[in-house]
Amino acid sequence: MNLLANTPRLYVNGVALWSPRLPGWERARRILAGLEPAPAESAPRPAPELLPPTERRRAPDTVAVALEAALAACKSAGLPPHSLPCVFSSMHGDLAITDYMCATLASTPALVSPTKFHNSVHNAAAGYWTIAAECTRPYTSLSAGDHSFGAGLLETCMQALSAHENILLVAYDIDARGPLAAVALSKHLLSAALVVSPERGTNTLAAFELRLVTGEALTPSGARAENAALVAGNSTESCLPFMEAIARGGTHDVLTLATPTLGLDTRIEVF
Amino acid sequence: MQPLSVTAFTATCAAGLGRAELLGALDAGRSGLRSNDFGREPLATWIGRVTDIEDAPLPAEFSRYECRNNRLAWMGLQRDGFLEAVRAARTRYGAERVALVLGTSTSSIGATEEAYTRLTAEGQFPEDLRYQAVHTPHSTGEFLQTVLGLRNVAVTVATACSSSAKAFAQGARLLELGVADAVVVGGVDSLCGSVLFGFHSLQLVSAEPCRPFDAARSGISIGEAAAFALLERDGAGPRLLGYGESSDAHHMSTPHPSGRGARLAMNEALNRAAIDSGDIDYINLHGTASTKNDEIEAQAIAAMFPATTHGSSTKGWTGHTLGAAGALEAVITLLSLESGLKPGNLNSRELDAACGPQVQLGNARGMVRHAMSNSFGFGGSNCVLLFAAAGAA
Repeated sequence: MNLLANTPRLYVNGVALWSPRLPGWERARRILAGLEPAPAESAPRPAPELLPPTERRRAPDTVAVALEAALAACKSAGLPPHSLPCVFSSMHGDLAITDYMCATLASTPALVSPTKFHNSVHNAAAGYWTIAAECTRPYTSLSAGDHSFGAGLLETCMQALSAHENILLVAYDIDARGPLAAVALSKHLLSAALVVSPERGTNTLAAFELRLVTGEALTPSGARAENAALVAGNSTESCLPFMEAIARGGTHDVLTLATPTLGLDTRIEVF
Repeated sequence: MQPLSVTAFTATCAAGLGRAELLGALDAGRSGLRSNDFGREPLATWIGRVTDIEDAPLPAEFSRYECRNNRLAWMGLQRDGFLEAVRAARTRYGAERVALVLGTSTSSIGATEEAYTRLTAEGQFPEDLRYQAVHTPHSTGEFLQTVLGLRNVAVTVATACSSSAKAFAQGARLLELGVADAVVVGGVDSLCGSVLFGFHSLQLVSAEPCRPFDAARSGISIGEAAAFALLERDGAGPRLLGYGESSDAHHMSTPHPSGRGARLAMNEALNRAAIDSGDIDYINLHGTASTKNDEIEAQAIAAMFPATTHGSSTKGWTGHTLGAAGALEAVITLLSLESGLKPGNLNSRELDAACGPQVQLGNARGMVRHAMSNSFGFGGSNCVLLFAAAGAA
């Protein structure tokens, strides 16, 4: 059953990906397509050029990876960053700061750092992005457990179809720290970004037809094993089948879950 | 946009459990704030605490979601026939056609904070808190989807203090695009160390009950709430006429000095509803009682609205319920449309010079046909909701 009355066609007008072994879309595209091997060494954390130089090193990991992909996706689409409404999605937000906050509250609550506190909100990455990009368009910041990427992609499609314009999706998660790492299972850094619109852009990479399907036994698409291993354990790893389809070219059917019982059934046609 | 029906709504907060108690407290000028008695080392401040959460465990079948935030969510669902209204919608449309969009800022972080105070000798979480369901921002969203038995979209919006106002906007889009036939929207946020000590570290917490728009205001009082609404395309009840969303693009924890983002969001809500600022009878202002928010918001209201619009912040009754504030204050706005009660600014004695004639100290009564609710969040996220009374043009 399709929850939508029709099967809207949407365009991927921009794309970006960053992870220590998939450092940027151009290399990631070739690695995911099997055209070159993944680097044996992990790339260092990105330093987003949109942030003032003094903030690039100090920025929390979530902000660094999210802004890196956000800017790269805007460049890929050939669109100015200030022009796009944006949807940020992350299962956990900044796990390193959550660990800091909880540890400090347990020991010396009166000494909580004001900067760490304002960086602890789930929308910190989105807030920093709109500030750095001078973007007054709306943003949102979503979480839906393991399915946060799918929930973000779904809301991105909804906004694109409702407003008939380009929407920026930025999905990211980082590694857990401290005692929290035993219950919030996330590893490495990963960010994926897409610019999605019902209209073709100047640099369009792909189109997809969207159906929303429900059911008890939905099985999400998988990425190739050697690709999945590159981001395995990150809470945004469910982005990989969709991103891999764009990297490989051709036509692919990809099912991405937005909840345990709701999926985005997409037929992706790469140009 | 096509107006949507609000076919059920409810709120539970320090000023009252359910609509009747909340409206009674608003009418009587009875604040729900009390001297801070939360946690092991309470700061000298006032809080909007919902009593009895500690004595209201979740039903045993949902025990893996046990935490203060999910208890508050469960308490909130029991009032005003809201749970029954959602079940009826589920029967009417099917579980696949009813969505859930929940706003929260800190969700069940209180459970994670507690785990860190009771680490084992090996530095591990204690046995009773070693489950993932409560240590993630979507905890309350997943809990609500489970207890309500819904199979459409189920997602958490976490944009700080605008979270649950934005839940209404996201829900409205799902109805507009035909993805769902009914959407449960709402906000749940509960007291925790992160927000009490965090806002204290920013020197934003008042030592006295908060005094929105007062010339001598000294900061916020933090509260907790669960508030929900059921949105449908048709049906009896007040209507959601529009929403406006924007970003300040200025600073993580202070608003843009000219209220740029706030004005953008208010204008967009008016445009989407296709009505004029002169049509707005009541505005539930964000009015946190922080120095900057209230000054900037008052200036924007004075510039945009006629003297006939009555504006107030109700945080003197409830405290600032953060991620739940958008939904809680949407419910108060809906109560104003139903009852004609236009609340004033409780606890405030002398208005700031920045206030125009719109901002009122005392309660008033009159016809309220159109009313707005402002939510302006940390990280520069703004959302404005615009409602009409049942039967209003």
